[in-house]
Amino acid sequence: MVVNYNINLLAEAKASYTDGGIFAEFAWIIVVLPFLAALLITFFGKNLPLKGAEIALGSVFFIFLYSCILFYLNITKGVASEFFVNVGSIGSFQIEFGWVVDGLSIMMYFVVGTVSLLVFIYAINYMEGEIRYTFFFTSLTLFAGSMLVLVSAPTLLQLLIGWELVGVCSYLLIGHYWEEKENSSAAMKAFITNKVADVGLMIGIIILALTTGTLRISEILYQATHDYEAIKSVAYIAGILIFIGAMGKSAQFPLHVWLPDAMAGPTPVSALMHAATMVTAGVYLLGRLFPFYQGIAHEALDVVLIFGVITLFSAGLIAIVQDDLKKVLAYSTVSQLGYMVTAMGSGAYTAGLFHLWTHAFFKALLFLGAGSVIHAVHTNNMSEMGGLRKEMPRTFMTFIIGTVALAGLPPLAGFFSKDEILASLNHEGHNFFFIIAVAGAFITAFYMTRAVLLTFYGEYRGHGHPHESDSMMTTPLMVLAFFAAVAGWVNIPGIYTGFTKWVTTRKNGIIEHHPESFDYFALFSGLFAGLAGIGLAYYIYQVISNPENGDEKIKFQPVWRVLENKYYLDDFYFKYIVDPIKITFAKSVDKFNTEILDRFINNFGNVASFLGRIVYDKLDQGGIDKALNLTSTGTDTLGSKVKLIQTGKTQQYIMYFLTGVIVISVLVLLVL
Amino acid sequence: MSAQPFLIAAAALFSMGIYGILVRRNAVMVLLSIELILNAVNINFVVFNQMLSDVLLNGQIFAIFVITIAAAEVGIGLAIVLMLFRNRQTANINEFDLMKW
Amino acid sequence: MTSILETFSNGLGISLVVFLPLVSAVFILFIPKKQEFLIKIATLGSSLVTFGLSLIVAYQFDYDNAHMFQLGNKLTWIESINSNYEIGIDGISLPLLLLSTFISVLAIIYSFEHLPEPVNPKGMMSLILILETGMNGTFVALDLILFFVFFELVLLPMYFMIGIWGDRTVRSVAGFKNQIETRLYASIKFFVFTLFGSAFMLLGFLGLYFRGSKTFSIPELIELGTSGAFTGTFATLVFAVLFLGFAVKVPMWPLHTWLPDAHTAAPTVGSVLLAAILLKLGSYGFVRIALPILPEQAKAWAPAIAILAAIGIIYGSLACLAQTDLKRLIAFSSVGHMGFVMLGISSLTSIGINAAMIGMVAHGIITGLLFFISGSMAHTYHTRDMDRLGGNMKLLPKTGALLGFTAMASLGLPGLAGFWGEFMALLGAYNPLPGLNITVFRTSMVAGAIGTVLTAGYLLWMLQRVNLGEPKEEWIGQDLHDADNYELAAWIPLVILTVLIGIFPKLIFGSTNDAVISLVTKAFGG
Repeated sequence: MVVNYNINLLAEAKASYTDGGIFAEFAWIIVVLPFLAALLITFFGKNLPLKGAEIALGSVFFIFLYSCILFYLNITKGVASEFFVNVGSIGSFQIEFGWVVDGLSIMMYFVVGTVSLLVFIYAINYMEGEIRYTFFFTSLTLFAGSMLVLVSAPTLLQLLIGWELVGVCSYLLIGHYWEEKENSSAAMKAFITNKVADVGLMIGIIILALTTGTLRISEILYQATHDYEAIKSVAYIAGILIFIGAMGKSAQFPLHVWLPDAMAGPTPVSALMHAATMVTAGVYLLGRLFPFYQGIAHEALDVVLIFGVITLFSAGLIAIVQDDLKKVLAYSTVSQLGYMVTAMGSGAYTAGLFHLWTHAFFKALLFLGAGSVIHAVHTNNMSEMGGLRKEMPRTFMTFIIGTVALAGLPPLAGFFSKDEILASLNHEGHNFFFIIAVAGAFITAFYMTRAVLLTFYGEYRGHGHPHESDSMMTTPLMVLAFFAAVAGWVNIPGIYTGFTKWVTTRKNGIIEHHPESFDYFALFSGLFAGLAGIGLAYYIYQVISNPENGDEKIKFQPVWRVLENKYYLDDFYFKYIVDPIKITFAKSVDKFNTEILDRFINNFGNVASFLGRIVYDKLDQGGIDKALNLTSTGTDTLGSKVKLIQTGKTQQYIMYFLTGVIVISVLVLLVL
Repeated sequence: MSAQPFLIAAAALFSMGIYGILVRRNAVMVLLSIELILNAVNINFVVFNQMLSDVLLNGQIFAIFVITIAAAEVGIGLAIVLMLFRNRQTANINEFDLMKW
Repeated sequence: MTSILETFSNGLGISLVVFLPLVSAVFILFIPKKQEFLIKIATLGSSLVTFGLSLIVAYQFDYDNAHMFQLGNKLTWIESINSNYEIGIDGISLPLLLLSTFISVLAIIYSFEHLPEPVNPKGMMSLILILETGMNGTFVALDLILFFVFFELVLLPMYFMIGIWGDRTVRSVAGFKNQIETRLYASIKFFVFTLFGSAFMLLGFLGLYFRGSKTFSIPELIELGTSGAFTGTFATLVFAVLFLGFAVKVPMWPLHTWLPDAHTAAPTVGSVLLAAILLKLGSYGFVRIALPILPEQAKAWAPAIAILAAIGIIYGSLACLAQTDLKRLIAFSSVGHMGFVMLGISSLTSIGINAAMIGMVAHGIITGLLFFISGSMAHTYHTRDMDRLGGNMKLLPKTGALLGFTAMASLGLPGLAGFWGEFMALLGAYNPLPGLNITVFRTSMVAGAIGTVLTAGYLLWMLQRVNLGEPKEEWIGQDLHDADNYELAAWIPLVILTVLIGIFPKLIFGSTNDAVISLVTKAFGG
């Protein structure tokens, strides 16, 4: 049943990779394992010493190990192969599941494996004593598993399946504390927003599938890169629709609204969601279909670019006004996703994925660090934090590393990936977008510095006595800090460009510009923007003021209010889309149903019973029956009249008799 | 010999009987009137028998039948009248409406 | 053993599947009412044997020739009108037959302990068995008169189920001056509405009989129809009346209004069987009779059907958003889901009709389960008002978890059965049969896709209102019973089936695909 699909048609780009051997062949294990683990946790988890967390941890540890092996294979030899399992055919379509093992997916396996492992370790401690502990690990394992279904997809159908499963798991996790309506609403919002975007993806997939006659991604990409007319004609629309799907998962403006609300879930969920699973899916999708976009849908790529730029800038601005530490990070994620999408839009495949890669580590680090802080002070609000650097040194140090990495200072990870994006914008000649992206870098540095100052500097403004989290939580922080520091070194133009090679090791080759050395203009623009952002924030919150009331210095009321209200986007959605549907449309349809359709039907009943009454009263009772009764009543009346002749008087009778005789005699005589 | 006088006599007798039946109130008189009618018929029977020279004497035999039946009829009739009189103290047939509806 | 199996393949097998329940029902009538347990066991035994027989049938079925009618027979029945006892199954009817026998078993298991007033298991059990005969018979009948008899046979038991065990609340109804008992209104509406449709359908059958070669045999009529024997105004009229008959049963907008009332009023078992099987009789009728016998008319009507289906999807979802009654919400969701089935059928392509087939099975399983759960909840809480419910996950954790799962399945979550019907129907609608109005179909497809969002919306909202949050005051300290073993025994198989079909759709497509392709090729040449 399992077919190793060695496509001969891709022989052209073959030279540099192998089929990955037995490890690629059995890569399905890491996709299936989380689901088995989730089943086991559901049925046996509660009775185990760690209440099921050990099964979850075991499964992600295995995924981590396996992805390391694949990663190693890819570094050394390069791996690209696909495997298909047929699960049914419909018409001439083959419905296939399978798994793809190539540079891109291996990179994702590694990211998912590493981040999940660390988050799971962290969560064991973080979630201790929380409600539904076992179920939490079930969903968390499923979450990782669904992401693996998505990234391992060799067919668009499996991709869609993973895509929506991720959505459902996020629903379960965001709504973990569903006793509060707010949280379950946030979960619903995430799911529905994604579902709206999924409509785009779904239609896009349908269009591609029916135009190309296959659901296999590799074949679609082959057609896209080999001048097939049919797919060309739908490329633009399909490209846009699929990007709409990516906009949902990867939280691009204006569909980003669910992501900040998703902070309602426990912090490990946010870390996992923002770093490895879920939000990277959209960027991964663009990467997976990149040859299609690059080959025949470049007009669609322009749209991608525009939305990416809008997102990176607008979300960064909102991050400045947030008081909730996790929301700062959430908007920061939206903004960074904007960078990745911008990179994809400008045709820089590697740069986008590279930023995904580095971002995964430092954003996971930042979220876990934030979780550590929140765990200690029992609030999300930075206004109730402050001065924590002394109480929580390890958290502080790692958080600083994450911040610097995100702000894009060398030699930490964010510097290299952001630089590549800026460089590609510069290279492609998108000057205006380049300026915005640089401004975005400035904003990023500013809000992160603000967050650090508000959280760790100044006086402690909260209640109780915060203390450092224990090693189960800080160890993952330190590991991630290590990655956040070094993850950028795998792709330094001119020195070592391993990452480029890793992610371009795939069938359907990627053609892109790879700089031989640094683009120094872009490099210094980004660097100065970052430094300026840090400096300005330091100046405002530390020099001329203190963290408590630094916000006062930059509160330009109108702008501030617009930002605090998130550009009124949520209000707009609720007022003009959700409420009309939920209340006006739904109510009127229901009313139509009961008041008009039902009334119509019921009036049929009424008319029928009215007709029936008429028929019964007038025709049956008043007509036929009456006639029938007349025969008897008529006889009766006639009888009562005629009986009067019978007087009982004999002589009268005889009179009649004689009269009769005479009459008859006369008649007889006359006739004869 | 002509039959005419006899027939006229019979018809007169018959008419008298009819008259008697129709106008007399007394039940006995009505019964008597019936006798008159029967005898008018008897006369006719005998006359026609004679006129037709019936050797078998059908008419005369029939007349004797009629006389016999008339006797029986008067017997029963008088008995009924007698009973009625005994019950109602009258023989006026106008007061007898037992046959009414 | 082999020889027994051979006689089985000669029509005996499916005849037994059809008539065993009826015969058992007669036997059960002779068991004294007091011996409830014996009645229940006998019914369960009978339905299990029926299910086992249907599995043997499925085992004997030749999947390589799934497009042919198999394992059937033809016996003289009513000679004077050339109507025969002609039965057989192909790849299209097999999954539905299995679904029917399977759901019946579960319905009977559930009825062991969970009958509303007046409990009377004897009555209910025999009605379920009679119903099963009607349902199974419809799926195997290959003679229009036989089909009609079975098609109508299901009305009676369902009428009594709703009328006797139904909801006794009194409510007012638009257009009626006096208030009316819900069960009374619903049962009569259900019966009259569907009878109205099928009366016309019978006219259509007679039309086919006289215009064709005086035969009621479906295979022969298909041969006639695909060779173009029925044309012109006559055929249009016949299609119209067949449409009326089947569309009421499906039900398609705007002929659906009997459904919410019937579902709401019906006892749990009744709603389950109604949703799981009875609705399928309509859509099955389209695929079995209307499309292949009148292909040209099907083409002419397809855009209209697609539009009605799309309206049904959107309309049903919007109506769901307005409901406060849990069962009524699920009933309206059926309107939406059957809209997807009809959208698939209307595309007249092998993809669309396959989608409709798997959609029918999936809807049967998932909505059946939803009605099981909601019915059980209504029984526990004595209310279906979602404004009063809440925190169900805390009060009844097992029921709540299953409700959550089923709602996810119902909103078309990939990896569960419901997904295939929705996605493939949209896939089919994007590229309908060549010659059909593509704008109409693509618009319908977009409407359907938007419908999936609305579907997710109302189901999640329902979950939020019913399952999540803290329990309301009035339930705290109440003695509420979570799902018992009978309920779990009835529900868990459906859950497993949902997952199995979800990850391995070949379970259905493996049977339907060949048959559907052959149907489409024969009728539409595509």
